Amino acid sequence: MLELRKVETYYGNIQALKSISIDVNEGEIVTLIGANGAGKSTTLMTICGVTPPRKGEIYFKGAPIHKMSTDKIVALGLVQVPEGRRIFPNMSVLENLEMGTFLRRDKSDIQKDIDYVFDLFPILAQRRSQLGGTLSGGEQQMLAISRALMARPRVLLLDEPSLGLAPLIIKQIFEIIKKVNEEQKTTVFLVEQNANQALKLAHRGYVMENGRITLTDTAEKLLDNEQVKKAYLGL
Amino acid sequence: MQYFLELSCSGLVRGSIYALIALGYTMVYGIIQLINFAHGEVYMIGAFIALIVSGVLTIYGFSGFSILILAALIAAVYAAAYGYTLEKIAYRPLRNAPRLSPLISAIGMSLFLQNYVLLAQTPDFLPFPSLIPDFDFMEPIAHIMGSAELVILVTSAITMIALTVLIKYTRIGKAMRATQQDMTMARLVGVNVDNVISMTFVIGSVLAAIGGVLVGSYIGQINFYIGFMAGVKAFTAAVLGGIGNIPGAALGALVLGLAESYAAGYVSSAYEDVFAFGVLVLILILRPAGLLGKAVKQKV
Ligand SMILES: Nc1ncnc2c1ncn2[C@@H]1O[C@H](COP(=O)(O)OP(=O)(O)O)[C@@H](O)[C@H]1O
Ligand SMILES: [Mg+2]
Repeated sequence: MLELRKVETYYGNIQALKSISIDVNEGEIVTLIGANGAGKSTTLMTICGVTPPRKGEIYFKGAPIHKMSTDKIVALGLVQVPEGRRIFPNMSVLENLEMGTFLRRDKSDIQKDIDYVFDLFPILAQRRSQLGGTLSGGEQQMLAISRALMARPRVLLLDEPSLGLAPLIIKQIFEIIKKVNEEQKTTVFLVEQNANQALKLAHRGYVMENGRITLTDTAEKLLDNEQVKKAYLGL
Repeated sequence: MQYFLELSCSGLVRGSIYALIALGYTMVYGIIQLINFAHGEVYMIGAFIALIVSGVLTIYGFSGFSILILAALIAAVYAAAYGYTLEKIAYRPLRNAPRLSPLISAIGMSLFLQNYVLLAQTPDFLPFPSLIPDFDFMEPIAHIMGSAELVILVTSAITMIALTVLIKYTRIGKAMRATQQDMTMARLVGVNVDNVISMTFVIGSVLAAIGGVLVGSYIGQINFYIGFMAGVKAFTAAVLGGIGNIPGAALGALVLGLAESYAAGYVSSAYEDVFAFGVLVLILILRPAGLLGKAVKQKV
């Protein structure tokens, strides 16, 4: 569904991604784990065309997307929930959700989808008229995921959704990701530092270090891998 | 009391013209953090186009409000084209350059446009026909303002209401707000940020051109240099209100217009600029972010 082939991304002269290749198949949950500064966020921003690759190719359903502008890539259904949530602070919860539908043509079903995300995260329904900037971290994460779902993504790209949240809320959010993957058949590419939880949720995983993919396997095997246990699971 | 009301009225007239120009500064700043120094020149060019168009229309036998409306429309279209082109050739190539570069480019474009009009037209003041016809209206209002003032106030008010509706409810307006609040996130929901920036220049230029037409016909003369002082004042108004804040720009402009008018009326018209900038300094001391500006927020 989504293929990265020897992708290299630079910030000026600094190389952040060093020839990485990743495959995400339709319907899967694939996770990318790695320490801070490994290049995980850059990977997502490269897929979305925000920091386009200098070398290598990216394909979505077999068609090259690495030269496309971000809005074209989003229109294909690659929708990101970026690190730090990036809620529009001076827009209400409803307006933030509406921004998620910016490229949708089937405006008639939007209310149904709003009801759907309010069902997933009832707290957002209570907060619907509140400005995004006034929500708590957990609520903002819920809103960020909901905003992405409003776009009806084919692939949902999540960047550290657990960052800075209480364990109970992390659990809730991971359950929702699983639910969306199962109910909506949405393919999920999940970037996490929280390797334990991510690998428990995912089908397959990639490990990234200093801009390179150093390991890839099924999630089960990665959870058992000595190297992973030592470096990322704190065991 | 009568005198005070007249001064207030003329202050509001000035203020609403400043507002029409200030909105362009503040919208552009809000989105790309650029002070578009050439914005005053777009206003000046709008006035020149209106002058030319109204001359032609008069020859063809048009009269009254039809000239005003047609001249304003055509001036707006021209100004929009100028604003669009300006962004495309002078600012877009510098989008990722250090912040000083587009600023210098803006000053360059300002000088270029001034001199272009100077050469293409004339260094002298040109008489501008009074495009706003006299008409009768309600007595208590007629007591403190003429029909020109009334038309300027009403036009500015309608324009600003239209802008507010556009920004609040339309697709492009929502895209503009999203881009202003978080450009990367706007792109990630599918906003074509380049188009939004272009449209911001276009909208700002249309407002400035409307201001140019109104001022031309109110003051009765224009030259290539009118964009400079108007630009400085409007920019001051935008800073006064909190640069980047749209209602702030309108409020700042009205405060500035009133301050100038009272200074001219009660002290001396020689002091109106001193007073205007005095108000700016005072407000920036008391509220460094401007009247409606928010204290600097961290941007992640
Ligand atoms: N805007 C930027 N400019 C320069 N370097 C950057 C920028 N963003 C990230 N980097 C660098 O690229 C590397 C990868 O960063 P990032 O993708 O954010 O890592 P991660 O998401 O895994 O923590 C880091 O060394 C970081 O310092
Ligand atoms: Mg990151």
